[in-house]
Amino acid sequence: MIELWNALPVVIQILLKITAILLPLLALVAYYTYAERKVIGYMQIRVGPNRVGWRGLLQPIADAVKLMMKEIVIPTKADKTLFLMAPMIAIAPAMAAWAVFPFDEGLVLSDINAGLLYVLALSSLGVYGIIIAGWASNSRYALLGSMRSAAQIVSYEIAMGFALVGVLVAAGSLNLGDIVDAQRGSALTWFWLPLLPLFGVYLISGVAETNRAPFDVAEGESEIVAGFHVEYSGMGFAVFFLAEYANMILISALTALLFMGGWLSPLPHAWVEGTWLLDDGFHWLLLKTFFFMFLFLWLRATFPRYRYDQIMRLGWKVFIPITIVWILVVALAVVYRLPPWWSA
Amino acid sequence: MPEIRNYTLNFGPQHPSAHGVLRLVLELDGEVIERADPHVGLLHRATEKLAEYKPYNQSIGYMDRLDYVSMMCNEHGYVRAIEKLLGVEPPVRAQYIRTLFDEITRILNHLMWLAAHALDIGAMSVFLYCFREREDLMDCYEAVSGARMHATYYRPGGVHRDLPDRMPQYQGSSKWHSERTIAKRNGARQGSLLDFIEDFTERFPTHVDEYETLLTDNRIWKQRTVDIGVVSPERATQLGFTGPMLRGSGIAWDLRKKQPYAAYDKVDFDIPVGVNGDCYDRYLVRMEEMRQSNRIIKHCVDWLRVNPGPVSIDDHKIVPPKRAEMKGDMEALIHHFKLFTEGYCPPAGEVYAAVEAPKGEFGCFIVSDGANKPYRLKVRAPGFPHLAALDEMSRGHMLADVVAIIGTLDIVFGEIDR
Repeated sequence: MIELWNALPVVIQILLKITAILLPLLALVAYYTYAERKVIGYMQIRVGPNRVGWRGLLQPIADAVKLMMKEIVIPTKADKTLFLMAPMIAIAPAMAAWAVFPFDEGLVLSDINAGLLYVLALSSLGVYGIIIAGWASNSRYALLGSMRSAAQIVSYEIAMGFALVGVLVAAGSLNLGDIVDAQRGSALTWFWLPLLPLFGVYLISGVAETNRAPFDVAEGESEIVAGFHVEYSGMGFAVFFLAEYANMILISALTALLFMGGWLSPLPHAWVEGTWLLDDGFHWLLLKTFFFMFLFLWLRATFPRYRYDQIMRLGWKVFIPITIVWILVVALAVVYRLPPWWSA
Repeated sequence: MPEIRNYTLNFGPQHPSAHGVLRLVLELDGEVIERADPHVGLLHRATEKLAEYKPYNQSIGYMDRLDYVSMMCNEHGYVRAIEKLLGVEPPVRAQYIRTLFDEITRILNHLMWLAAHALDIGAMSVFLYCFREREDLMDCYEAVSGARMHATYYRPGGVHRDLPDRMPQYQGSSKWHSERTIAKRNGARQGSLLDFIEDFTERFPTHVDEYETLLTDNRIWKQRTVDIGVVSPERATQLGFTGPMLRGSGIAWDLRKKQPYAAYDKVDFDIPVGVNGDCYDRYLVRMEEMRQSNRIIKHCVDWLRVNPGPVSIDDHKIVPPKRAEMKGDMEALIHHFKLFTEGYCPPAGEVYAAVEAPKGEFGCFIVSDGANKPYRLKVRAPGFPHLAALDEMSRGHMLADVVAIIGTLDIVFGEIDR
């Protein structure tokens, strides 16, 4: 079996690996929409989808089929090229970011040293899809949506970047695998505790970055109808949704990786060494990711929507100062080897 | 040099927060509102003109369809105008029943307002929680009149019939509802309508607490409503505001207190007033009004339990005779026939009667020339002056605030366009 794998050309090997990452990811995206409808449904004392398949389990597939069958309407006065490119620009970074994502010790498609930088760069690219979509559809609602999105992203990217600088300082590496290794110990040595303010800022910025409630101003259902994707239909619309949900999963997974110790077990290593399930492993990463994914849904069911100038105020006047102060604190702690986290 | 100009945005009539068919032409400078121009008339159904071609009683149903979330209050305004014209006074039990259902209607309306307002601002769970309680109140409507919305229950001289002794129950189990769920749903429905309503009044304050937990102290909610759409007390009176819109600005004007009708002088309640006249104050006023309505309902239920009696006057020139009487009594049959063909002819004259509908003062002005139909009917809809103030309230705010302001106006186009 191994010989067969080694006999394959490298390109084929990489393509197979990419498929092995993307197919489960897309399935997860599809069932994340189902989970959202079910979870929010039960939070709102209703049952959510329950007609297609057992307990509505085939609903995402029915939705996908429906969206694929639908006509793609291109508004007459839209910029056709940009209009069709925008969904692709939105989804490509959301998928590409997974290239450097380590799923377990050494289990990564491309183990590059600047992994964190790469993820940051790609996640900020996604917003161009939204801005271009709003611009290209030549609709006033869509334009307002992309304007809001642009304003929101400048205020959040910086806070998010600074939060990651804190992680970088604490771990001393940009490689995602090394960052997880730096958190080795127990749940108390994970970065969420020494970097608590940055953890909060990153999580909230992550919600804002993915345009989810309460920061869904670019979409703003009740204000600008659907914002940037108001003119999209069929697969164009579906691709935006895929990108949004893939981004949510990415942010959840990254939060688990950067602050919650990734695949590390919450119990001290010596206790769980060699035990089944309790030992470090991919399932821990999955569990943590699911928790943050659930958090996204929970927030959506609970909070009203911010106005977009209020979001900018929050970003510039609250988050950026917090992150700057805490980067200093962390830097000092690392330099002076503050116990218990950096005593070694 | 490039020309810088504002641009216009056509907000509605197919906009999710246009509350029906509001067409709003917004002049925007970026996202800041320079001018908001509401266009009305898309739901015009000529209610007032139709009423000129029908005997008085046949227009009661049209009143339900004016403000279609506070149905019985509209009926009350119209029926009171007719009673004033005829010079009749309904029996006291009917007065209490009307008070009871006016307040049920007020809660129905305020729940709908809260649901829509919260959804507009983005808090979508409140929407579904409100509809859970609305469902119970709709069942009260259904129990008493047979219709969930357009009841046509109030009649000149009283109400259509007395409160039922038995509350209808859910029946049969299906693929979707087990026996146990149905039994649970029927839990409060074992006794009479009054038992059901009393059970509701006991549950309801905790539900209001639930909504308040989600909204009242929520930072985002406060950021979105405090100091948005401020109306000073002077401007509020000048603009012709009534109801919670006026009280939110700090003026304690409530027809239920100032010009008591039905049984409002016999029940105990307070009228909440706001301080700043912004969206948040109006929100608080309406939330408190729901609690006060609950108090009134409880009081009415207690009174109605121990005081049986007639629910309409005994004048068969106005109120149709009982069906059973008609079978043997020639005169009753003639009365019935005359009432349902010709109706009754009130004396010539002009009357205006108003009630404190959930949205404000709902009044009917009737000109009678002594015929069996009104010569002219004019409806004073509370929403109309409120909508007219939208431009003034939203100027200088952002697009997202316009949505909050439309929510706080609590407008329904059935009554504005008529």
